[in-house]
Amino acid sequence: MTKEIARRSFRLMLEARVLEEKLAALYRSGKIVGGVFLGRGQEALSVALGVHLRRGDIYAPLIRDQAGRLAFGDTILDTLRTYLGSSLGPMRGRDGNIHRGRPSEGYHAMISHLGAMVSTVCGSLMAKRFRGETGIVGATCIGEGGTSTGSFHEGMNMAAVEKLPLVVVVANNQFSYSTSNDRQFACDDMITRAAAYGMTGRRAIGNDLIDCLKVLGDAVAAARGGEGPQLVVADLLRLVGHGEHDDASYIPAALKESPLGRDCLDLAQQALLENGWISEEELSEWRTIVEKEVEETSAKVLREPAPDPAEEDWNAFSVVGRNLSGEDEE
Amino acid sequence: MNITYLEAIRLAQQKALAEDPRVFIYGQDIGGFGGAFKATKNLAKEFPGRVLDAPISEDAMVGMAIGAAIEGMRPIVEMQFADFSTCGLNQIVNQAATLHYRTGISCPMVVRLPSGGTPGGGPFHSQSMEALYAHYPGLVVMTPATVEDAYTMLLEAVALDDPVIFCEHKFLYYHLKAEKLPEEALPFWKARIARPGRDATVVAYSAMLHEALAAAEELVHDGYDIEVVDLRSVKPIDTDTILASVARTGRLLVVSEAWPWGGVAAEVIARVATEGFGLLDAPPQRLNARETPVPYHPALWGTHRPTASSVANSLRQLLEL
Repeated sequence: MTKEIARRSFRLMLEARVLEEKLAALYRSGKIVGGVFLGRGQEALSVALGVHLRRGDIYAPLIRDQAGRLAFGDTILDTLRTYLGSSLGPMRGRDGNIHRGRPSEGYHAMISHLGAMVSTVCGSLMAKRFRGETGIVGATCIGEGGTSTGSFHEGMNMAAVEKLPLVVVVANNQFSYSTSNDRQFACDDMITRAAAYGMTGRRAIGNDLIDCLKVLGDAVAAARGGEGPQLVVADLLRLVGHGEHDDASYIPAALKESPLGRDCLDLAQQALLENGWISEEELSEWRTIVEKEVEETSAKVLREPAPDPAEEDWNAFSVVGRNLSGEDEE
Repeated sequence: MNITYLEAIRLAQQKALAEDPRVFIYGQDIGGFGGAFKATKNLAKEFPGRVLDAPISEDAMVGMAIGAAIEGMRPIVEMQFADFSTCGLNQIVNQAATLHYRTGISCPMVVRLPSGGTPGGGPFHSQSMEALYAHYPGLVVMTPATVEDAYTMLLEAVALDDPVIFCEHKFLYYHLKAEKLPEEALPFWKARIARPGRDATVVAYSAMLHEALAAAEELVHDGYDIEVVDLRSVKPIDTDTILASVARTGRLLVVSEAWPWGGVAAEVIARVATEGFGLLDAPPQRLNARETPVPYHPALWGTHRPTASSVANSLRQLLEL
């Protein structure tokens, strides 16, 4: 474990946390329409995957992956532009919140249907295999609830059959929206599914940054090294509702007070301080810098133009209905 | 040389694989076995590593094609039967169809659907899915009715930057033959006047084109000259050619093997009624499959779907209105 990767990861976790606090505030003040879905409590696991990916890799994050997204190259600016519907953002008001990406840069834009991104990442990895590109990793994240879908199962099985360099991270945050695990699956331990698929299974302590970095580092290295698909399962607790509209009153107090409920950002800060990898002064300085960037970016994006229905290109096709072969076909 | 509709599909895929290194084919039993209908016969041998057997996972097959398309490949997915594409419906309509609008990235992929009824096919090996896919913005839906179109339109589908649902009709696989394959063809979005006439227009596509043409021949004996329009692609739909035909004949019958609700026939009639009401001398009519699942027994199946005889009867009624 290097000091630098831990410091970088913590900084990204801090950026994600501060940014998401701003998103929640913007939602409460009515500036964001639709939903706001936060990753509070899941930043350590999320970032630990993101920091191990490189340019040229494929990444399909899910809803609680703000930290991993920032690690992969997403920005505070693109996040705010998507949530606030700016016409200057990558989604241009056509899609919002966590449904953002830049597919041409290997950053897939999730659809809401859980499990669907597993096979999509497999397809991008197949393309790279066809072209003879090696040393590539594809990664995607999901919650324990999403593992109940047929789409997830089909994608996992396909990845194993094709022996693709895929890393799938399951954040077992104990609740799928409000549904507890005893109503979601009946196997004793989700990690057993790895063997059933023919994958390597690894377990991480979901709110422990140092452990997550080690386990995800190993998983990504194994996939990159040709050892086939990797399933990482991490237990943790979502420290917010499913979305900001949800008070999460269904999560028992005892669970929140258990080790599972400890905030990964606090634990990571403590670990960095104990290792002497950061000082109190620098921590304070980082927080100030991050808060300033988030505030300034938010103010800027709030002034940006909304999409104009009169200017919108109301054509879902890429080429059909346009000037195909020099003729107008419609 | 007699080339079947099925062989034309195989030859189009062979040409696409030979000429474009971005093309690969993914589907169940399509490798060494050559596919349930042999549409990929010998292709795995000729193009090693590019014609791949898939697990029985229609959702993942389509998802895989989408991911590959994002990375610049030109995947062709073979569904074993069109009916099973509902297991991949989510990926087709929510991911492939939305990708360009959401992200600005094209999704060039072809999903081949062996479609429509054959005697004994039954409820789950006979369906016509074109209306379902045409409903969603972002999908091109091709429905070739001839050997020549099966060949040229599949090549156009592979070359197109948008996702294509390619509805190839199983009943036509072995029944239709052509002497040779064309070098050039109408662009896929253009409808074709398959038979010129003056008394009424029949709009049809896929296997129903041939029932409509046979009905038109039957009505020659009644002294009528029927025009038949082959839609070729149901989306985009060539409304101009339909309207021009109705302008000549004043009467319209739309024939489709699919169910009537919200279907292609309904769409054609809606367009003619809204854009060409004044061209009509009689209320526009449609003839669809009956409103039940597709029955198994040939005696039931033969009356479930429109036939030359039922098209001729509908035409006679239309001509008396």
